[in-house]
Amino acid sequence: MTGSGAATREPPGVERVFREVYGQAVATLVRVFGDIALAEDAVQDAFVVASDRWPTDGIPPNPAGWIVTTARNRAIDVVRRSARGRELHEELGAAAGSSYGSDGDNEDPSVSLEEDGPVSDDQLRLIFTCCHPALRTEHQVALTLRLLGGLSVDEVARSFLVSEAAMAKRLVRAKYKIKAAKIPYRLPADADLPDRLRSVLSVVYLIYNTGADDAGRESLRNDAIRLARALVPLMPDEPEAAGLLALMLLSESRMPARTVDGALVLLRDQDRGKWDRAMIEEGHTIVRACIRRDQPGPFQLQAAIQAVHCNAASFEATDWPQIVDLYDHLFSFMPTPVVALNRAIAVGEVEGPGAALAALVGIAGDLDDYHLLHATRGAMLRRLGQRAEAQAAYERAADLAVTEIDRRFLVSQIAEMTENGTLTEHQAEGSGL
Amino acid sequence: MSQYLLSTYSVEDGVPGAPMTPEDMQVFMQRVIALEAEMEESDTFVFGGALHGVDAATVVRSSDGDAVMTDGPFAESKEHIAGFYIINAADLDEALVWGRKTAEATNHPIEVRPFRGTGKVADQMKGMPEA
Repeated sequence: MTGSGAATREPPGVERVFREVYGQAVATLVRVFGDIALAEDAVQDAFVVASDRWPTDGIPPNPAGWIVTTARNRAIDVVRRSARGRELHEELGAAAGSSYGSDGDNEDPSVSLEEDGPVSDDQLRLIFTCCHPALRTEHQVALTLRLLGGLSVDEVARSFLVSEAAMAKRLVRAKYKIKAAKIPYRLPADADLPDRLRSVLSVVYLIYNTGADDAGRESLRNDAIRLARALVPLMPDEPEAAGLLALMLLSESRMPARTVDGALVLLRDQDRGKWDRAMIEEGHTIVRACIRRDQPGPFQLQAAIQAVHCNAASFEATDWPQIVDLYDHLFSFMPTPVVALNRAIAVGEVEGPGAALAALVGIAGDLDDYHLLHATRGAMLRRLGQRAEAQAAYERAADLAVTEIDRRFLVSQIAEMTENGTLTEHQAEGSGL
Repeated sequence: MSQYLLSTYSVEDGVPGAPMTPEDMQVFMQRVIALEAEMEESDTFVFGGALHGVDAATVVRSSDGDAVMTDGPFAESKEHIAGFYIINAADLDEALVWGRKTAEATNHPIEVRPFRGTGKVADQMKGMPEA
């Protein structure tokens, strides 16, 4: 990506290198050996060897190549030793020998890894396997984060608020099905690509959002953007892939302004000078190309909404009527209560808080457990001067908030209301995002 | 090449989506015959069949050398296997294509399940090391 990521990059520690090369190394070994568990074990073994040697010998110039080569040798040993693997070993003999050079090499020249380098073909194949529609969604996401994102089992577990043991079990089950049912490692046929891509895109966006909920998870967001970049050229006839990339770039561009000293800053109050202009430019270019193409879809429309926000010099200068139109269009593709909620927030900016509250009535039941519904109600009630109701709504939102940063923001809103007594009309904005 | 079981289930003795009229039945049969011909031509078809209802089933248990029989199916369930194909397929994607064709032809949901082993166990053991 552009800018800040590379500039603030720390000297690579062994841990960090492991995290970066894990996905690529596993994907390469899965291609060679056709077995995820074997690939993961071998890469883990290679990390053990590296932990032992790198601190004294230094990190090799091509750490990914070193890990792949060491892991591949490990896996060949395992296959040789295991009786059941004899046939596999014979099948592999020629392929592994020819494509990976001689045993004398201690680095594989075909593998290189830069921080934001392209996703390899091996990883693309593997992401289609991980997101295969024969696997349930939560397994797709867990596998993709583990195998492509390089998160530890514990980190994946924490992303989904389940125990490490439960997540380990989930991953074992998913890998068992891939192996037992023979889910293939390959890019889908052209005819199947649109359907198969859709599940890959939703998994990638889920990964981005998991990273967006936690400022410390920048790498998850970068992983998601990197994966989307690789998918776009693969699918030139599918503008939704480009739409997803634009949506994530435009969301990411505002991240530097989204928090100050760990506290949430509303869109209304953000320092727009901190927004990443290069990302916005790239996102806008993609959105314009999508509009010219005129095959709208949910990701493209969400990107277009973000583009309108990024285009505005100030909150007040935002083209809210256009945002309402875009939400109407989005709702025709995705008639979900969450889309209706976001539309209501935009309606609040066009027609005022009363109209927004009226628009919320129909979805209040569906979203009663969703903190942003109550945060939005609180903000709109506050603008109407209905302080007691506003406070009750904010309190409910704070109880339901999933992340600490959202909870603290909502508590601060309650405190502001009780301190200030009367309010100006524009002190609060809907979603908190 | 792997083998997969494509099976369909009856629910409380009725098969959801089954043809109701003689005309429907005619069309249904033509679709199934065409499907099976396609399976045969592509060397996909291994075996298949439609089962009688579970009222015709008997469970046999071996207990100290005696056979104990009970009338009815093994599983205490409302759903029972009603018919199946066993097919050859290179991988799950290929098996799912046949699963979909079978679902379209029969108008029933089809469970696609991989075999862990097929044929005689003695044949499968050949080539394995002696423990």
